[in-house]
Amino acid sequence: MSDSRSTGIPLKVRNLRKSYDGRVVLQSMDLDIAAGEIFVLMGPSGSGKSVFLRHLIGLEAPDSGEILVGGERVGPDIDQTRHRLAMVFQGGGLLNSLTVEENVGLYLREHRLKASEEINRIVLEKLALVRLGSDDAGKYPSELSGGMRKRVAIARALVIEPQLILYDEPTSELDPLVSLTIGREIVNLNRRIGATSVVVTHHVDLAMGIADRIAFLSEGAIVALGTPEQIRSSPVPLVHQFLNAEFKEA
Amino acid sequence: MFRNIGEMVLLFVATVKALPWACRERRKIAEQLFDIGNASLFMACVLSLFIGGVLSLQSGPVLVENGIGSALGNLVAIAMCKELAPVMMSILVAGRVGSAMAAELGSMSVYQEIDALRTLAINPIRFLVLPRVIAISIAVPCLVVFSNLVGWLGGAFVAAHNDRIAVPAETFFTSLREGVDPGDVVNGLIKSFFFALCAGVICCHQGLTTQGGPRGIGRSVTKAVVNSLALILILDYILTRVLLPFDNGFFA
Ligand SMILES: Nc1ncnc2c1ncn2[C@@H]1O[C@H](COP(=O)(O)OP(=O)(O)OP(=O)(O)O)[C@@H](O)[C@H]1O
Ligand SMILES: [Mg+2]
Repeated sequence: MSDSRSTGIPLKVRNLRKSYDGRVVLQSMDLDIAAGEIFVLMGPSGSGKSVFLRHLIGLEAPDSGEILVGGERVGPDIDQTRHRLAMVFQGGGLLNSLTVEENVGLYLREHRLKASEEINRIVLEKLALVRLGSDDAGKYPSELSGGMRKRVAIARALVIEPQLILYDEPTSELDPLVSLTIGREIVNLNRRIGATSVVVTHHVDLAMGIADRIAFLSEGAIVALGTPEQIRSSPVPLVHQFLNAEFKEA
Repeated sequence: MFRNIGEMVLLFVATVKALPWACRERRKIAEQLFDIGNASLFMACVLSLFIGGVLSLQSGPVLVENGIGSALGNLVAIAMCKELAPVMMSILVAGRVGSAMAAELGSMSVYQEIDALRTLAINPIRFLVLPRVIAISIAVPCLVVFSNLVGWLGGAFVAAHNDRIAVPAETFFTSLREGVDPGDVVNGLIKSFFFALCAGVICCHQGLTTQGGPRGIGRSVTKAVVNSLALILILDYILTRVLLPFDNGFFA
């Protein structure tokens, strides 16, 4: 197990711009996230949150600007950087042709980082961290519930021993109790391995509960940034509307 | 369209570059081979039987009327091994297996499985494309050999049993043995290898570039199959032309 709490790495985003077919999706983002921080990103649907996360892990190339992860530039030759980054996709992104166990162990097995028994042990250990038992290990993703799939995806991300872990809507489509569990797990994992965490979510309660800081994204620009208290009392009308609208719905 | 072609060439180059990994991916290659065989062997058998049969049926009466019915075996066999088996087997595999590849990779793109692979620092080309392209390029020439044999049998059967032809199987196969040399079969195998390679790359490319949700998957599959068929037929002419000088005994 990773022992230190100081494995997190800081993240710097400078003047990040991205447009698709002339439509600006991210406009000149600047952001600093400290090592070990839980940073929550909120904003209306289509405001560019997922696109932003995809840039952070190098799945998209920015039009201009740069992203520094632990001082290393995220770019096309990002491979070494990638080894320390993990992303939990909105739908989990599990390989449907592989079992839970194979999915979680995929990284270690493909890169031949450990012996086979060692991998099995690590897989069970990570599954236990997200409260999945060895009886779930042999199942295929299609045999799992949405919440379980998401937890498997988290376990798979953990195997990397990430220094930066990105969650894209980890609680969407989940019932409030499972959401709560996942929220707790995000915090626990952050405490346990100290990884810098960036969480995109629409759940205001979750965000307020777990975040060190929250950023509010609207049309590809950060319109509010601060601790949960600061965000709550933000003068920005959109943030106000957004929070209250969500509170009424909840 | 030209961008598509460029991307496909790039994908092909990347696949070739990933070749050193082929040995590590042998389990997946074997699985793919098994799947391809499973999906197409029966159809290949039926198709070849009837193609051989119809070749006999079409050309047999004409040859017999002109008194050269004894050359029927030669004609059917050459048509089969140099042209029809490679083209038909490639089309069959593109339709049955290529479409499935495009659909599978397409759904993997849409459901972010490929992105997930990338974040795990696993090269999707090595992990997904390489085994499929290798398997299809091995499987199609094998199917062609099989198809030749079945097609010749079909041709011989019709030749012997159709009243207007009535060329006995013995005559048919004697003519076949004298008229066909290994070079002709190899010619067909070379063609089919390239057809399969192209179909594999096209279908994988379509799958990997799928966009726009489940609807996009359907679109990708259609495009994969249509493009494969078009390219197989175009390539057929080009390869036939290129291989023409090697006819008549180069391989024999
Ligand atoms: N590959 C792409 N090509 C073209 N446009 C894209 C692409 N990816 C995203 N977009 C556009 O970028 C915008 C932001 O998308 P994004 O997925 O980041 O939204 P989001 O903030 O994550 O929304 P949600 O909360 O609904 O997930 C959308 O308008 C989308 O249409
Ligand atoms: Mg999103």
